[in-house]
Amino acid sequence: MDLLRFSTAGSVDDGKSTLIGRLLYDSKTIFEDQLESIEGASNKKGLDHVDLSLLTDGLRDEREQGITIDVAYRYFATPKRKFIIADTPGHIQYTRNMVTGASTSNLALILIDARKGILEQTKRHSFIASLLQIKHIIVCVNKMDLVDYGEETFEEIKAAYIDFASKLDVEDIRFIPISALKGDNVVDKGDKMDWYSGGSLLNTLEEIYISSDRNLIDCRFPVQNVIRPHSDEYHDYRGYAGRVESGVFKVGDEVMTLPTGFTSKIKTINCGKADVAEAFPPMSVCMTLEDDIDTSRGDMIVRVKNQPEATQDLDVMLCWLGDNKLVVGKKYIIRHTSNEARTIIKEIQYKVDINTLHRLKEDKNIAMNDISRVTLRTTKPLLVDSYKNNKSTGSFIIVDEGDFNTVAAGMII
Amino acid sequence: MNYNLDHLSELESESIFIIREAFAQFENPCILFSGGKDSIVTTHLALKAFYPAKLPFPLVHIDTGHNFKETLDFRDALVKENGARLIVGSVQKSIDDGKVAEETGVNASRNKLQTTTLLDTIEEGQFDACLGGARRDEEKARAKERFFSHRDDFGQWDPKNQRPELWNILNGRKKMGENFRVFPISNWTEMDIWQYIKREQIALPSLYFAHERDVLERHGVLLGYDKNVHTLREGDKVEKRMIRFRTIGDISITGASESTADDLDKIIAEVAAARVTERSGRADDKRSDSAMEDRKKEGYF
Ligand SMILES: Nc1nc2c(ncn2[C@@H]2O[C@H](COP(=O)(O)OP(=O)(O)O)[C@@H](O)[C@H]2O)c(=O)[nH]1
Repeated sequence: MDLLRFSTAGSVDDGKSTLIGRLLYDSKTIFEDQLESIEGASNKKGLDHVDLSLLTDGLRDEREQGITIDVAYRYFATPKRKFIIADTPGHIQYTRNMVTGASTSNLALILIDARKGILEQTKRHSFIASLLQIKHIIVCVNKMDLVDYGEETFEEIKAAYIDFASKLDVEDIRFIPISALKGDNVVDKGDKMDWYSGGSLLNTLEEIYISSDRNLIDCRFPVQNVIRPHSDEYHDYRGYAGRVESGVFKVGDEVMTLPTGFTSKIKTINCGKADVAEAFPPMSVCMTLEDDIDTSRGDMIVRVKNQPEATQDLDVMLCWLGDNKLVVGKKYIIRHTSNEARTIIKEIQYKVDINTLHRLKEDKNIAMNDISRVTLRTTKPLLVDSYKNNKSTGSFIIVDEGDFNTVAAGMII
Repeated sequence: MNYNLDHLSELESESIFIIREAFAQFENPCILFSGGKDSIVTTHLALKAFYPAKLPFPLVHIDTGHNFKETLDFRDALVKENGARLIVGSVQKSIDDGKVAEETGVNASRNKLQTTTLLDTIEEGQFDACLGGARRDEEKARAKERFFSHRDDFGQWDPKNQRPELWNILNGRKKMGENFRVFPISNWTEMDIWQYIKREQIALPSLYFAHERDVLERHGVLLGYDKNVHTLREGDKVEKRMIRFRTIGDISITGASESTADDLDKIIAEVAAARVTERSGRADDKRSDSAMEDRKKEGYF
């Protein structure tokens, strides 16, 4: 069984919570005690049906305000797949949560209210999915019961979305007409929309082939820790612990450690007590090399003939997440793979209007939720690839030196 | 070779990655060890993360003084086998020192008192990160928990003020006095845990397997009866039943369920068919719908 991670997004009241509640409910992930508790809460609210959206409303503050305010993770499994949902809120001010949820997802599920069609937020969500290089989007046109399950409405929305999406970089977009409230096309197909020939949402999620987000070509192994047992049995053992971010490493492979540039061969690869012959993403392993090389956290093990770029100058797309505005020329901390350096933002090239996708060249005012293209200079070279080729070595975060909050997420161009 | 990892291996790999990050980013981390299956799995993953070196941080156990003997025996055996370091924080001592007052009444529990002992133990040991076995699927308030969860200098959790976590880049930078809780198995479900325990043949306290025991039924929750912990009141009946525990905590509140599942396969079948969440056996969550969230804000892990 494999794992599919997807993010959900929709504007407020599009029915996202109801949809997730239904997926959990119909896949029997909801337990009796949880159901009892939301039945009680639904009664208290004076509802005559069980409000499935209450299942996903986590924190008390939210319950009181009646909105979702942060990324929440949900789990369910069918006999075919295990799913992790990054449930992100649909508020204008919470673009940062959507970026966060999307950063670990293989697929984005976007909800549209059939009565309203494509809204600014639909575009915003789609753009973020594309920016974060999510290769699959499922567009659910919800509340079909309120438009008499009409095929025409669905087709109109679909056409409009396809038109808009031509500006995006997404490989695979699918459309499903659903009613989250009544259940049509969520888990079962139901009998209201015979004109729709595709699978139900759950069926699509189970069957969709996730063209691997993993890069199996460029070998990148950022060293997290050096393992030195200091025991008699393993007196000379010096292992490099880390996770294979891309490529396949095999025992006997000629490798190079960066930034030092020493070459050696892989002697052993182990995962706990088990020795393995090869390691591929996203395996966490420990490697030893034939030669005693001085390598530490922040270094990277790669193939001699396939190296990342070592650079202090970065051209990036930046999502600002912090409460305080971006300050050009101010020193920040940059964290990239297992490495850390200091950085200054040298120049803002443009800000993206994420509703129209226009480049705003004059607007240099970057605040929370803004997406911009900027250039950075770091205090030491980082070992980078473009985000498009390698999500792990192409991504970074920026941390404020004062309060140490994570204030931005970046993707290297 | 198709180079695909199954879901358990992918979760394992993610957890090991997080544990190694915690070791690298913090000066003095520890594992909060409750004796329950989740903290046992967390410890197993930590051993794996650093093999062949020894576990590079201690196990911290908050002893309510109301622990099952099986839990303590298991803990001591695990510590011995792996040459680990054990630090015990005693709730009894916090009571004796007058830092907390014992709850009274028939539903008295030391669960809430644990928080003070825990925060004191963290301060005494100067731990800047505590690894715990909490999972996001356990409880509503945990669905938003981060891998690296920031606590202010009173050990409190502010759900609105958590750092966003993107890709797998973890930010453990902190100011003096602040610390972190680290949750390496956030993405695991109860089912994943059991399947993994089976795959890795991880030993567990016998309490998890069906056995005959004296139990006391209260508010629909079956409690493992202990005469030193539970005050019997009128109408209380203690009887022998075939039960097992789905979570293990303080004797006063840990609920059991009737079961004949005496091996891992039977437990997995039972979990797959289960219709109530594992936490529902915990009397502490029943206090109110937001009970867990309130305790978390105070510093409970
Ligand atoms: N008629 C109808 N109502 C729906 C449907 N899905 C959601 N709703 C209702 O729309 C409202 C908002 O739903 P909710 O799930 O809370 O939206 P969210 O803000 O996107 O999470 C609620 O009153 C739902 O009952 C649907 O398919 N059909």
